[in-house]
Formats: sequence, structure tokens, C-alpha cells
Amino acid sequence: MEVVMAVVVGILYATALYMMLRRSIIKLVIGLVLLSNAANLLLFTAGGLTSGAPALIPEGMSALPPGAVADPLTQALILTAIVISFGVLAFAVVLIHRAYEVVQQDDMDEMKDTDR
Amino acid sequence: MSSSYLVLPVLIPLLAGALSLLFWRSHTAQRWLGVMATGALLWTAVLLLLLTWREGIQVVEIGNWPAPFGIVLVSDLLGAIMVVLTGITGFATALYSLTSIPKQHEKYGYYPLLHLLLAGVCGAFLTGDIFNLYVWFEVMLVASFALIILGGERAQMEGAIKYVTLNLFSSALFLSAIGLLYGLVGSLNMADVADKLSQLSGEERGLVSVISLLFLVAFGIKAAAFPLFFWLPASYHTPQVAVSAIFAGLLTKVGVYVLFRFYTLIFIDDTDLTHTILLWMGILTMLVGVLGAAAQFEFRRILSFHIVSQIGYMILGLAIFTPLALVGGVFYIMHHIIVKANLFLVSGLVYRLRGSYQLKDLGGLYRSHPWLALLFLIPALSLAGLPPLSGFFAKFVIIRAGIEAEQWLAVAVALLVGFLTLYSMIKIWNEVFWKAVPEGASCTPRIYHPQSEKLGMYYLPIIGLATMTVLIGIAAQPIYELAEAAAAQLLDPRLYIDAVLGERP
Amino acid sequence: MNGKSPTKMESSLILRAAGHFLLPLLVLFSLFLLLRGHNEPGGGFIAGLVAASAFALYTFSMGLKSARKTLRADPRDLMGAGLTLALLSGVPAMLQGQPFLTALWWPLTLPLLGEVKLSTVLAFDIGVYLVVIGSVLTIVLNLAEAEENAEWKS
Repeated sequence: MEVVMAVVVGILYATALYMMLRRSIIKLVIGLVLLSNAANLLLFTAGGLTSGAPALIPEGMSALPPGAVADPLTQALILTAIVISFGVLAFAVVLIHRAYEVVQQDDMDEMKDTDR
Repeated sequence: MSSSYLVLPVLIPLLAGALSLLFWRSHTAQRWLGVMATGALLWTAVLLLLLTWREGIQVVEIGNWPAPFGIVLVSDLLGAIMVVLTGITGFATALYSLTSIPKQHEKYGYYPLLHLLLAGVCGAFLTGDIFNLYVWFEVMLVASFALIILGGERAQMEGAIKYVTLNLFSSALFLSAIGLLYGLVGSLNMADVADKLSQLSGEERGLVSVISLLFLVAFGIKAAAFPLFFWLPASYHTPQVAVSAIFAGLLTKVGVYVLFRFYTLIFIDDTDLTHTILLWMGILTMLVGVLGAAAQFEFRRILSFHIVSQIGYMILGLAIFTPLALVGGVFYIMHHIIVKANLFLVSGLVYRLRGSYQLKDLGGLYRSHPWLALLFLIPALSLAGLPPLSGFFAKFVIIRAGIEAEQWLAVAVALLVGFLTLYSMIKIWNEVFWKAVPEGASCTPRIYHPQSEKLGMYYLPIIGLATMTVLIGIAAQPIYELAEAAAAQLLDPRLYIDAVLGERP
Repeated sequence: MNGKSPTKMESSLILRAAGHFLLPLLVLFSLFLLLRGHNEPGGGFIAGLVAASAFALYTFSMGLKSARKTLRADPRDLMGAGLTLALLSGVPAMLQGQPFLTALWWPLTLPLLGEVKLSTVLAFDIGVYLVVIGSVLTIVLNLAEAEENAEWKS
């Protein structure tokens, strides 16, 4: 399972970078979305995959049940990261919308006035 | 109640932000709330620094969840110093904002965003948990994204797209590095991670190096170090000048602070690799930044490139990694934040008087405003490192540390960059203050609050920061001792680890 | 937009009909999620998202003006109030000399409901709920406004 996830994460990173290197700002934002998803999946995979064992201790038990138990921390971390990237990307969408209105261009190459 | 001093620097700006949101209809209430809240922030920060100075590293376990499971706030001397500097910059900016921020910007939430930014910065300085650090970074970034596009001019949009993209990219790298680190050691509490990394077996060391380099790239982008600095000069000169000033003073320094924290506490095993890379990063950052500034003819763009070049000195202090070099690095951060914010505030006042940032349109300000000229010279010469101002001692300590460590190339570049900085500052001086007003230059003062404006509110923070620059220069000894104590804490990670996790056999 | 009122976006009959009764249903569900989050899956964030999406749906179907009217409060006020509440919920612990945000509980026995546990955690969750509704709706309403202005121009 880890191998599959690793490949998926790699593909996501590659796609994200490819999209970010395009000239269109829409594709840039799509690239950013993919990038944050790739990072979340990496966090998920690196934190250790367990299947069929929820991160819950049955009622009445004071210690961990025997066998594998999912790590609740990675799930909490990813939930937080998803919330954050949701907020940030919502902002990015507003930003490109405004930028498009002001610049009237979907081309990054036309946006180099501040680099001179 | 000692624990509340640690929470207040984060709580006060957050609460002030919430209250300014509630009062969004009244601009006056928001303005004075801004001044009061940043004043209170400065006050609690000073108390926190005194407490940390007297009683050592302070730790609070938020929500009473014990470390390493819960989130801790930790204040060692470096963190406390940074919070004080945040308070100073925030207070100066809030005062300056009273008359320099257009009504339109206030309407779109300038003050709530400013408080949110300060909360994020303070949180990043005080947290003792790596994932929590990521959260504060994002809080800070969201606030800064919104601040940078307030006003919605074309240049701001273009700058913001570069700023947002590269910072989000760096956040994604940061998050990936967090994931790998968590997979390796199973903890994200900084002290616990440092403790566990020092006990790792030989096979896993290679992975540690990879992770540490991933963090290096992520924070290198945030700190605007070579070769990852391009977003900074493309965006910092576009927003309102009060926003520029607080960005210039604080944001990149958060990146530098985290580099200091990570590469003195967590990744200290493979210094041959990491600190050599840091050394070259520092050298090239200094050089490229100052050369970029030499080619610029816009007031704020010159200053933006100088931020990059000054970051190089701080990284150099970290990279040489001797006690003296760390003292120099900490001293440099203290000096730089105050001076840099002040220079931006001066450029804003020039814009207020003449309506332009282009050097070719400016001139004759020495004749009309000699005191402003003096107030420019103090931070400018301090930036270049002329005695007896604060910058001289900061550069002196770092260069001396370089000589002692026999890093001759770094020393040579640091000296050369000092001269080039002086050249840049003299260029601004000549063009803006000394030369006669150019013919045909349009001179339209920018007044945002015609009825209530008092020029004194522009001068007050500038004078305050300039006084601080002079005082750091004159009374360098106590500041040096403070930096020395902070560096001593950095060099002994055991202190930090024991303070957070408790003494263990 | 050939003379039509710009304050109302074009939307299908089905969406308009559904929007009417989905709004109270979804808001009620979000309150359920909010209170359930105490001991079971749920909580302030998810509940806030559900409530915000209910209002977003309403905006799409009924137009910006009536959405603002139904919401009554300005989203910015919601955000401010929520953030204040969430932050203040951490303060009682500080007053008792415990670290910030330590959970405090006050079990109450009410005549009909049986035992009710009031806690600072609940206050924090309600704060989060309001912040999420406020911030999501600020973005959605702003975008909708920009869209209507663009239609007005064309």
C-alpha cells in the first residue's frame, strides 16, 4: 500500500509542478491545489498506514487494545492542514479573480512590471 | 500567573483583531484599538523578556496537555527578544497607520489583518511545536496576502501573485518535511524531536539530512535567502508603506528565526553539510542583494533588495556557528528589524510629501525638511554599519567571529557588502535629499485624511525608532550581553529540551 | 443582461424551490453536528461549513440581496463575535491559575433535560462555528458581489 501511495504522491507533485510552471494563472492555482493535496497525502503516508483499525479505544478499556491502532495525530494534522489550505486557496481564487479583472490577462508573462 | 505572560503576546493581537472586526463600522475605534493593543503587546513582551532573563526558559502547556503530547509555548531569550521586537514594530506601525492608511483600506479590514499578522508572528516565535509553527506561519501568510493586495492596484496584484505562489510553495515543502520528520521520529514537539534525533541509529541519519535540507529550502524561501528571494523585491514595494514596513521588519525575520531555532536545536548533527550550505547561502545572499539594490532607482525597491542582503549577514552568523557568531547573528536581527522598518517609514513620509518613490522625481528635501534628512541618515548609516550606530556593532561582531573562525571569504564579502550598502544609502541621500528639485517633477503630496491629519503622527514613530537605533549604538554593552545570553541558550540545546520535557536521568 | 434586474442571478426553478426549504434544514443539521461534536464525530468546524454551504446555496438560488437579508448579521460581525468567544473561552482557566485553554466543566441538572454539561469547550466550539460561517460567507458573498457587478457592467 505504501508503494502505491508513494507513487501517487510523486505523480501529484510532478503534476502540480508542471501546472505551476505554465503561464496561465488559472493553471497556477490548480497547481497549488494539487501541491497542497500532495503534501497532505505525503504526511498521511509517512505517518504510517493502518487499515481496519480506527483510532479509538473501546469503551471501558484504559490501555491500547492489542494489535495495530491507527495514529490519530496524523489525521488531526491533516485535517488542520486541509482547513488551512482551504482558507489559503479560497484566498488565492479571490486573488486571481481580482488580478484578472485588473490586468485583463491570464498570462503570467504579462505580469512582470514589478520585476523591473 | 507567570504562564499568562507567554500566552498574552498571542492572545492580545488575536483578541484585538476580533474586536476590530466587531467594530468594523467605526474606523476611529479601530485605529485607537490598534495603538492600544500593540502598546499592550509591547508591554507584555517586555515583561516576558524580563521574566525569561531572570528565571530562564519559560514553558506553558496549552490546555494542560503535557508535553510532548500537547502543544507547548516556549519562551527562551531569543524568542522573547523577537516578541519584543514584534511589539516595537507593531506599535510603531500602528501609530504610523493612524494617518497614513487611506479610508478605503480601513474599510476592507486593514486593522483586523494587521492584528492577525502580529498574532501569527508572535505565535511563530513562541511555539514549541513544529506543526503549530506551520499553523502560525499560515495565519501570518493569510494576513499578509490580504494586506498586500489591499488597494487593488495593478502592481499589487502582480506582486501578490508572485508572493502568494512562492510562499504557498514553501508552505507545501514545509508540510512535506513535517510529514517525513513525523514518520521518522513520531513526534513534532521541537524538544522531543531534538531529543529523539540525537538517539537515532546510523542508518537513519541519511534521511535526517534529507529532511533538514527540505526544511532549509522551505525556510530559505520564507527568509528570502539566495537563490530563493525573488518574490521579495517583486512584491514588498507595492502595498501601503505601513504594510511594507511591518513586512520588511518582521516577516523574513520569522524565517531567519526559525532557521536559528532549527539549526541550533534540532539539526545539529550534520553541521558539515547544513552549515556549509548555510554559509554559502549567507555569502551569496549578501552579495546578490546588495548588487541588486545598486541597479535600482525606486526608493522602496532599493530598500527591499537591502533586506535580502541583510538577511545574508544573519544567516552568516548562524552558519559560522561559534558562540561569538551566534551573538552577532542575534544582535544583527535586533538591529536590523528596527532600522529596516524605520527606513520604510521614512520612505513613506517622503512619498507623503512628494508623491513619488522614483529617485529621479525626488530632490531638495534637505533644503525643505532638514530634520527628516537627519532622521533618514540615522537608520541609513546604521544599515551601512557606521559607528557609533547600532549597525556598526552588529557587523563588527559578525566579522570578528568570521575572522576567528578563519572564514576569510565570508569576511571579505561582508566588508565589501558594507561598502556597497553605504554606496546605496548615499545614492538615496544624494537623489532624494541633496540634489535640487528636478525640473518638471510633479510634486503632489499624498494626504489620506485631509481633515484630521497631523504630520507629527508620521514623525513620532520614525523619531522613536531612530532614537532606539542610536541607543543600541551608545549602550551596546547591555544589548550585547542580552544577545550573548540568548546565544548561550541556543548553543546548549539540553537547556531547551529539559525545560520542555522536564529533567530526565 | 437584457434589462433584467442585476441583483438576481439566473437560477433554475428546481434550485430556487430546493433552496427555500434546504436552508432551515441544513442550518438545523449544522446545529445538531455542533452539539453532537462534544463526544462524537462532529464539531464546530464541520457544523460551520454545513451552515455556510447552506447560505451559499441560498445565495446561488435566491440572489445576493435576499441572502444578506436572511442572514441578518453581517458575516464580519459573525467572524468577530466567534473569534472573541473562542478566545475568551480559554481565559477562565487562566483566572484559575491553570494554563490557557484548559477545559473547565460545570455539570448542571436541569428539570426536563437531565444532566447537561456546560463547558469552556462548548463555548470554544460555538466560537469556531461562528468564525467558519463568517469567513466562508465573507468570501462567498464578496465573490457573488463581484460577479453581479460584472453583470451590471456588461
